[in-house]
Amino acid sequence: MALQIVANNCTGCGACEFECPNRAITARAAVFVINPGKCTECKGIYPAPQCAAACPIPKTCVKA
Amino acid sequence: MSQKIVALSSIARNVVREGGSCNASGGFACGASPDDIPKGLWRKVQDHPCYSEDAHHYFARMHVAVAPACNIQCHYCNRKFDCASESRPGVVSEKLTPEQAARKVMAVAADVPQLSVVGIAGPGDALANADKTFRTFELVKQALPHLKLCLSTNGLALPDHVERIADMGIDHVTITINMVDPEIGAKIYPWIFFRHRRWKGVDATRILHERQMEGLEALATRGVLVKVNSVLIPGVNDENLAEVNATVRAKGAFLHNIMPLISDPAHGTHYGATGQRGPTASELRTVQDRAGSRQMRHCRQCRADAVGLLGEDRGAEFTLDKLGEAKPYDPHQRETYLAVVERERADRQRAKEMAQMSLPVPNPPVLVAVATKSGGRINQHFGHATEFQIYEVALRGVRFVGHRRADRFCAGGQGDEDAFAATLRALDGVSALLCAKIGQRPRERLAAIGITATDQFAFEYIEASAIAWYASQSRPGSAAVGA
Repeated sequence: MALQIVANNCTGCGACEFECPNRAITARAAVFVINPGKCTECKGIYPAPQCAAACPIPKTCVKA
Repeated sequence: MSQKIVALSSIARNVVREGGSCNASGGFACGASPDDIPKGLWRKVQDHPCYSEDAHHYFARMHVAVAPACNIQCHYCNRKFDCASESRPGVVSEKLTPEQAARKVMAVAADVPQLSVVGIAGPGDALANADKTFRTFELVKQALPHLKLCLSTNGLALPDHVERIADMGIDHVTITINMVDPEIGAKIYPWIFFRHRRWKGVDATRILHERQMEGLEALATRGVLVKVNSVLIPGVNDENLAEVNATVRAKGAFLHNIMPLISDPAHGTHYGATGQRGPTASELRTVQDRAGSRQMRHCRQCRADAVGLLGEDRGAEFTLDKLGEAKPYDPHQRETYLAVVERERADRQRAKEMAQMSLPVPNPPVLVAVATKSGGRINQHFGHATEFQIYEVALRGVRFVGHRRADRFCAGGQGDEDAFAATLRALDGVSALLCAKIGQRPRERLAAIGITATDQFAFEYIEASAIAWYASQSRPGSAAVGA
């Protein structure tokens, strides 16, 4: 149960990193990646995954 | 690194004029000129090129791109896009950490004595990256306390940061406000991200509008100068911008800058893809004229990593890989420059007033295009100009009414014919072109479409020359100064 970032779409803006309540998102070179071990899809914390809600590019933070 | 933006010698050219002061009040406002704002405020804006039309002839700014994230989506923005030869907001070639940004500021300050302002304008939203933004300003303030700090924001996060902005001495904040009617906003912003949720439609734009107004009022109360930027989107918000002007001025905004939408299918924006067009130069001017007081008309819609005077961009000279060992900043160079500017400004103002006294019998207003690099002088070769500054000369005097770009966006590979066509478009409606030099053939081609091109005023002050040319038209043979 985790989300992942489609690297080709990622602009590297980091909006997702600010919002992740689990600190599961970090920069790797020019893009960001989600640590599946830490990602909870925001269940029980927020109504929707924060990375996907903040990301400017559609279909970029998606279910792994 | 190449030569200074403009050699001091080129603007300190000695122009001797006779006569004392006069009370000709030709300075009707454009942006902020010394004629139309209170003295205390003038001190705050006199060396900020974006807050004062007069200052933009002399002073430079730089943007450091430390703020890539954004908290809203605008239909005119596509965050995937970068092109080194593109010049428009939201576009950058390299993102910086606060430490890298501070290093870059020091390198530019050491090389460019005109540098007065460090701004953070994205490429996302300065306050959606608040920690990085404030950290950058802290570092810059420590190293170079004479630089003015400036940021721009869409306003959504603004109310949360007003205290910190004021406490840090960030004097200038630009808020992009494209509407005061959330129904119109819904046609500009598909969504916002606020308080852990994505909001859409009018729900989103109502929140955005309320936060913008709250932030604007709070900043104005604390004495921070606020400029409001509005993107003119024909058929979407053109009818709303007069109300935007009245509203933001009432809430304490210092200046209002209505800018044209830049829209092209190649940019991959929603507006580009759906064929939403930008306004023509005359549509823009009509909306600006209708919108009310304290308008800025010299905006160049620069990139989020622009460096230099407004009409140019030296960002490519100061990328990280080129910084190397930073030269130490030399305050003496800056002081010398400030002294020269003070003298030049007073001299130019006197020349303008003198020339205005000599204005001839009523003639219809005319537009005069000027090729200038900086310093308020006609000092650019026609063939090198990528933009022209447009002045209106009328019986009331001379005023700056805007600039027109003669280059093309990312068009690559176009021949000279196309370049000349772009120039002709930029000169539409203009009666005269004043430049430092122009060849015989372009002069004839311009004459054929009714534009008098001349280098007779090369290196002279813009305003006084525009009037002198105008005067010489009504009294052939006498380019009179000092009636």
